[in-house]
Amino acid sequence: MEQIPASIWTLTAGVVVTLISFWVGQNHGLFPEQASEQAPLVDNLFDIMMTIATALFLVVQGAIIYFVVRYRRRKGDEGDGIPVDGNLPLEAFWTAIPAAIVIFLGIYSVDIFLRMGGLNPGDHTSHTMGHKQGVAVVAQAPQGTTSDVPMLLAAKGDIDVGIGASPDVLGQQPDVAVKVTGMQYAWIFNYPNYGITAGELHIPVGKDVQLDLNASDVIHSFWVPQFRLKQDAIPGITTELRFKATKPGTYPVVCAELCGGYHGAMRTRVIAHTPEEFDEWLSQNQVASGPESTDFTPPSLVAAHLDATGINPQLLAQVQNEQAEAMPNDRHHHHSMH
Amino acid sequence: MAQAQLLDKPFQEPPEHPKAWKWYDYFTFNVDHKVIGIQYLVTAFIFYLIGGLMAVAMRTELATAESDFIDPNLYNAFLTNHGTIMIFLWIVPAAIGGFGNYLVPLMVGARDMAFPRLNALAFWLNPPAGALLLGSFFFGGAQAGWTSYPPLSTITANTAQSMWILAIVFVGTSSIMGSVNFIVTIWKMKIPSMRWDQLPLFCWATLATSLLALVSTPVLAAGLILLLFDINFGTSFFKPDAGGNVVIYQHLFWFYSHPAVYLMILPIFGIMSEVIPVQARKPIFGYWAIAYSSLAICLVGLFVWVHHMFTSGTPPWMRMFFTISTLIVAVPTGVKIFSWVATLWGGKIRLNSAMLFSVGLLSMFVIGGLSGVTLGTPPVDIHVHDTYYVVAHFHYVLFGGSVFGLYAGIYHWFPKMTGRMLNEPLGITHFVLTLIGTNLTFLPMHELGLKGMPRRVAMYDPQFEAVNVICTIGAFVLAFSIIPFLINVIWSWNKGKKAGDNPWGGLSLEWTTSSPPLIENWEVLPIVTKGPYDFGMEQRAVMERKEDEEEYEYDDDEDEYEDEDDL
Ligand code: HEM
Ligand SMILES: [Cu+2]
Ligand SMILES: [Cu+2]
Repeated sequence: MEQIPASIWTLTAGVVVTLISFWVGQNHGLFPEQASEQAPLVDNLFDIMMTIATALFLVVQGAIIYFVVRYRRRKGDEGDGIPVDGNLPLEAFWTAIPAAIVIFLGIYSVDIFLRMGGLNPGDHTSHTMGHKQGVAVVAQAPQGTTSDVPMLLAAKGDIDVGIGASPDVLGQQPDVAVKVTGMQYAWIFNYPNYGITAGELHIPVGKDVQLDLNASDVIHSFWVPQFRLKQDAIPGITTELRFKATKPGTYPVVCAELCGGYHGAMRTRVIAHTPEEFDEWLSQNQVASGPESTDFTPPSLVAAHLDATGINPQLLAQVQNEQAEAMPNDRHHHHSMH
Repeated sequence: MAQAQLLDKPFQEPPEHPKAWKWYDYFTFNVDHKVIGIQYLVTAFIFYLIGGLMAVAMRTELATAESDFIDPNLYNAFLTNHGTIMIFLWIVPAAIGGFGNYLVPLMVGARDMAFPRLNALAFWLNPPAGALLLGSFFFGGAQAGWTSYPPLSTITANTAQSMWILAIVFVGTSSIMGSVNFIVTIWKMKIPSMRWDQLPLFCWATLATSLLALVSTPVLAAGLILLLFDINFGTSFFKPDAGGNVVIYQHLFWFYSHPAVYLMILPIFGIMSEVIPVQARKPIFGYWAIAYSSLAICLVGLFVWVHHMFTSGTPPWMRMFFTISTLIVAVPTGVKIFSWVATLWGGKIRLNSAMLFSVGLLSMFVIGGLSGVTLGTPPVDIHVHDTYYVVAHFHYVLFGGSVFGLYAGIYHWFPKMTGRMLNEPLGITHFVLTLIGTNLTFLPMHELGLKGMPRRVAMYDPQFEAVNVICTIGAFVLAFSIIPFLINVIWSWNKGKKAGDNPWGGLSLEWTTSSPPLIENWEVLPIVTKGPYDFGMEQRAVMERKEDEEEYEYDDDEDEYEDEDDL
C-alpha cells in the first residue's frame, strides 16, 4: 500500500528535477557573448556540467532538507534512530554513478579541448620543411592577411604551450600572426611584417589568427572573455593562442594574472574587423607611419596611472625597438629587462 | 609489603599533580595536549579575525570599480596576507592543531600525545609566523598573493617577501612536527581494547592528513627556500633573464598547495563524521567507505596539482593527465557526502547549532564541489582560471567547507572543553547570519568570473559594480555574524549552563571523562566495549535475535525435509 505512492512521488520528483536541470543548463545566462570558434564549444561543455550539477544539487540538497525536517527529534524523545550503518548495493550505486559521470565528462572535455586546438600548440613548427606548404597557403588565402606567414616559419621553433591549431587548420600556417608582449601594465601588439605596433589588438573576423605571447617583466595572462580563451604570458617562455573570431565587435582584453599593484588596470581592447576593414586598418597604419613607428597609445585606463606604474615613453620605445630588432628572427631572443 | 603500605595510606592528590590547569597555564610552554589544543584554537581564531578584517577592507575597496579606498599596493598586501593567514594560521592550525590535539589522545584513550614537548614546540612556531606576516606591513607587505609566483615575488617588496617566506617555513615546520606526532600517537598509543574498526573517523582523517602533510610539505619548503635565495642571495633558479624557469616554482608550489587544500578539509570531514552521528542518534553510514575515501583522497590528491596551471606553462599531455586525476577526486568526495546524508536518514536529529552548521557545511560543500568539477576540465578552466569564479569556488569550499565545520566542532565539543554549554538561540542566530552572509558574498562571484572579472584586482570594469556591491554587503553580514558567536563563547565559558560529562550522549572515548577532562584525561583508563557510532545497537541486537530465531525455525524445517529425503 505504501509502495505505490512512494514510487510515484519518486518518479514525479525525478521528472521535475530533470526538467529544472535542463532548463537551468540552457538558460543560466552566465556567459558573455560568444565571439570565437572556441566559445560555443566551451559553453556547451559548461552547460552540460551545469545541468548535471543542478540535478545533483537538487537531489542532495533536497534529501538533506527532507531528512532534517522528517527525522528531527520530537520533544521528549530521547531514543536512538534506526541502527542502519551501511548498504552495499546503495554504496556501490553512488560510487559507480559519479564515477561514470566524471569519466564521461573527462572524455567529453578532452574531445572539446582537441577541437579547440588545445592539443596542437606549435603545430606548424613540426613541418620545418613546410615552406612549400606555406606558399600554398599563401596562394589560397585572401590577399593582405597572409603576407606575414613566411616570417613565422623562420621565427618559430619552441612553442609547446597554449592553444594551437584546431583540427580544421591543422598543419596550415595561420592567416595573421601577432606578437603579444605583456608588461606592467600594458599589452603591446606587434605585427612583424607590417611594422605595426599597437596598444590594441586588431584582427579580421573568420581568419585564423595566431598570437605568440611573451612577457617582459612578470607573468601576465591574456584573456578575452568573449573568446573563452586565456593563456599566460610568461617571461622566458613563448606561448601561443590560435583562434578564429566569429563576430565583428570590440571586446575587452584582460590581464588575469596578478602582475603588480595596477594589475586590475591592465585592460585594453580587441577589435574584430571584417576582413575588408582589417585590410584598411593595415594599410592605413602602414602608409601613415611606415615600419618604424606605430599608432601606439597607452590604453586609456592605464594612462590614468602611468606615473604610478613607471611606464614612460622611453620604456615603451625600448620594448618596441626590441621587437623591431627581433622581428625577422627572434627565435632565441628573450626580452629581458635592463 | 610495598603494596600494603600503599593500601594503608589514605588517597591523596600528589601536590605536583593538580586536577585542572589555571588560566595562566595557557600562556606557557605547557605540554598537555588539551592546553595546546586550546592554545591553537584561540590563536587561530584571533588570526581569523585579523584575516577577516583584511577581507572586509578588500570588499570595501571593491564596492566601487575605482581604486579609491586603499592604495592598490596595500590592497595586494591585504590580499596576500588574508589568503596566507586564512590558510596557514586559521584553517590548518584550528582543524589539525586545535581539534586534532584536543581530541585525538582522548579518542584513542591515551593520556597525551606521543611527544608532548615536540607538540608544544610545534604550537609555539605559530605566533612568530603570525608576527612575521603582520610585521611585514612595516616593509610594504608581501604583495605577490599567497601563491607568490616569481618574478613578481622576486621584484616587489623584497624584505616583506622574505618575511612571508620565513613565516610559511615556520608553519610548515610546525605542521611536519605535528604530523609525526599524530601518526605515532594513533599508531602506537591507541588503547589495546580498541579495534581498528572502532577508531573514530576523526582519527582516520587526522592520520590521512598527517601522512599527506609529511609527503608534501617538504616540497613547498624547498621551493620557498630557492625563492628566498633568488631574492636575497643572487641565485637565479626562477629568474628567466638568467636562465631560470618561472614555471618550475609553480610546480613546486602546487605540489604542496593543492594537497594543502585536503589538509584543510580532511580534518573537517573528520569533524563531520563525529558530529553528525551523535546529533542524529544514528550509526555513521559506511564507516569503511568514509575511512578509505580519506586515504583515497590523499593518494589521488597528490596527482592533481597541475590543474592550477592549465593556462600556465603546461604542455597538452599534462593537461590531459591532470584532468582525469582531478575529476577522479570527485568520486571519494561524493562518497563521503552521500554517506553523511544517508546517516541523517531515519535519525532522531537534534537541530542544534552543531547540527545546523554540519548540514550547512554539506550544502555549501556540494556547491563548491560541483564548481570544482567544472574547473577540472581544461576548456572551462581556461576561461575562468584566475577569475572571480575561482574565488567563488574556493570560498565555498574553504569558507563553507571549513569554517562551517569548525563552528560545528566548536558547538559540539565546547561542553567537553569548558564544562559549559553554549547558548542555543545565540548559536542559531550565528548560523543564520553566517549562512546568509556566505551565500550573499560568494554566490554572485560565480557570475562575475564567468562574465569577465579577473581576481586579485583592486579596480575593475565598471560594468561589474552592481554585483560587487551585493558581495560587499554579504561580507559585512559575515563580519557581523561573528558578534553573536563571540558573545556566546565569552559569556558561556564563564556563566553558561553546566554541561556534565556527556551532554549529547556520545559514545567515543572523549565523552567518558569529566568535562573539562582531568589533566591526564582519566583516573582509570576506559575500556572500549562498543564502537564510537553504535547508536541504537541494543535495538538492533533485539531485532537480530528475532531474525536468528526465525532463521533457526526455518533451519529446523529444512533439517526435517533433508531427513525425509534421506529416507
Ligand atoms: C570572512 C569572509 C571572507 C571574505 C569576505 C573573503 C574575501 C576575499 C576576497 C575579496 C579575496 C580576494 C579575491 C581575489 O581577488 O583573488 C579573498 C581571497 C582569498 N581568500 Fe578570502 N574571504 C573570506 C574568508 C576566507 C577564508 C575563511 C579563507 C580560507 C580558509 C579564505 C581564503 C582566501 C584565499 C586563499 C584567497 C586568495 C588570496 C590570494 O589570491 O592570494 N578567505 N578573500
Ligand atoms: Cu598583467
Ligand atoms: Cu595582471
